[in-house]
Amino acid sequence: MATFLVRRTIGAILVCIAVTFIVFLIFIVVPGGDPAQRIAGKNATPQNIINIRHSWGFDQPFYTQYWDMLKKMFGGNLVSYTNQQNVLTQIVQGMPATFSLTVGAGVIWLFFGILAGVLSAMTAGRLSDRVITVLALIGISMPVFWLGIVTRYYLAEGGLVSWFPDGEYVGILQSPSQWFSHMILPWLVLAVLFIGFYGRVLRGNILDTINEDYVRTAKSKGLTPRRIMVKHVLRTSLIPIITLFGLDFAAVLGGGAILTETVFDLHGVGQYAALSINNFDLPPIMGVTMYGAFFIVGFSMLVDLFYAYLDPRIRPT
Amino acid sequence: MSERLLEVDDLSVHFSTVDGTVKAVDGVSFELERGKVLGIVGESGSGKSVTAMTLMGLTRDVNAHFGGEVRFKGRDLLALSDAEMQDYRGNEIGMIFQDPMTSLNPVYRIGEQIVEAIQAHDKVDKRQAKKRAVELLKQVGIPNPESRVDDFPHQFSGGMRQRAMIAMALSCNPDVLIADEPTTALDVTIQAQIIELISRLKDDFNSAVIMITHDLGVVADIADEILVMYAGRVVERAEKRDLFYDPQMPYTWGLLGSIPRLDRPKPERLHSIKGAPPSVINAPAGCKFRPRCPHAFEKCVEEPALENRVEKPGHLDRCWLDVEYKRAHRDATISSNTGEAA
Repeated sequence: MATFLVRRTIGAILVCIAVTFIVFLIFIVVPGGDPAQRIAGKNATPQNIINIRHSWGFDQPFYTQYWDMLKKMFGGNLVSYTNQQNVLTQIVQGMPATFSLTVGAGVIWLFFGILAGVLSAMTAGRLSDRVITVLALIGISMPVFWLGIVTRYYLAEGGLVSWFPDGEYVGILQSPSQWFSHMILPWLVLAVLFIGFYGRVLRGNILDTINEDYVRTAKSKGLTPRRIMVKHVLRTSLIPIITLFGLDFAAVLGGGAILTETVFDLHGVGQYAALSINNFDLPPIMGVTMYGAFFIVGFSMLVDLFYAYLDPRIRPT
Repeated sequence: MSERLLEVDDLSVHFSTVDGTVKAVDGVSFELERGKVLGIVGESGSGKSVTAMTLMGLTRDVNAHFGGEVRFKGRDLLALSDAEMQDYRGNEIGMIFQDPMTSLNPVYRIGEQIVEAIQAHDKVDKRQAKKRAVELLKQVGIPNPESRVDDFPHQFSGGMRQRAMIAMALSCNPDVLIADEPTTALDVTIQAQIIELISRLKDDFNSAVIMITHDLGVVADIADEILVMYAGRVVERAEKRDLFYDPQMPYTWGLLGSIPRLDRPKPERLHSIKGAPPSVINAPAGCKFRPRCPHAFEKCVEEPALENRVEKPGHLDRCWLDVEYKRAHRDATISSNTGEAA
């Protein structure tokens, strides 16, 4: 167990470093992004630009630049090229919105995803199964930016019916009710895709598991259909869902819900990432990537541990 | 005469599929008395497993159609609702399956799975149920049952898992134990132990056993009566001795001949029945075994009834051949030295 943790932690650190390195490489390979020019502004003289290039270290070899950037990143001193704001402060400011979005949407999509999967598997081939399947496919196919804009246009303030406030994030400590009403639309919009996807995956898993020999054994013991479903079928069918959920949850938590955050103007980490990419602003991109990688790697480790708990066969004895 | 536990009367099980109706079981009848062992023998697809699963109500499905009756202690199981059937499964009739590697749920401890079976039918608390589980594991020959009861299935060997399955099937002291190819997935040395165990437990628990197998060698020791099934039908039915010493159906000869024998010269140690079992969707007219039978003649296009054709009453078969002809020719198939197999 201890060796497992140590091994995984070392691996996680290596992954994070590799990710930042790749992002850095891509950035210096892609043309059109001389950061000195951006920092200097529109009316800079060539001498100005040269000075900036020197003082920011852009004339150094790329590995020196990369090393400097890592040092700044882990010291929390990374600064945007465009507006000189501290990256860490910006990310920390975005976290409450991103966390609110992720936790709420995660609860919704996990609950309804499982519900949809179970219902459609238990009525496989019948009308309800077909209806759920069609709905799931619609949910999976609808782009988030489109669904987000449409719901905002029709359901939010200033739209056809003003059931919900129109975008932006309100802190939960500021006003819990305002926080809630502001989050409902983003939660639902983000969850729709996952509900459809999880429902489909779970339906398939359940239908596979139902034909397992041990389910037949359970039936032959005279257990009630409900107990067979919950204890023998669902228990094993849910294991792959745990992986999906762990990784999806981590991705959204790590700023992956760029579209949802941007459409609803939540000022979360994802929106910050989108903004930085638009501005071709390397330090925030590096910062956000690192932040995202941290969650992905951390959660995949958690998923592995949870797996061992759920499936005794992979438990170290 | 001992108590009659089970009477299967003209049982048929048909499944509707896109390719047509599958007549998996077609007019099967037998009786089972307390303390007896009935062997059901046949190739894959002969309907033996479907027969067994139907007794347990495990074949119930929207596409399954049942005919005939399965009377357990006088009550027709086919007429019971699913909920009523639950009280019989595991409680009155226990079942062991072919593959012990996949028949136990990998994520629960052996003990938990036995306790679950006990608590499904008896109102006992967990501690008592677990005590009984340990006791059962001991009875089926698991060493250190007190600690092994907390093992997971993957920590058991194949033979031990099958023992655990037997313990589970017997946990509510059922009157009938159905063993569906219980030894097929096991080593030969373990096979004998499992058969012996089932036979011993049958006496300990005072129950009856239905032993399903494709290997006549498996039932040779313990069966009292044997049904030979082919294409969903019973083609021969006799007491064990008669079936082995006076087999009437050429298909039975083939089964007997396909038991590997070390007392034959090398090329003939193992015989096979040529061809494959017929489709149960478009079964051939007449005797179902006719296309594979080297003794078939004109009359075989008409299906023979299952009736008594020998001196011994109760020995039934479905074959038009003359009894004397059969007695003269069957040895060529059963212990042939010409290499010709039925």
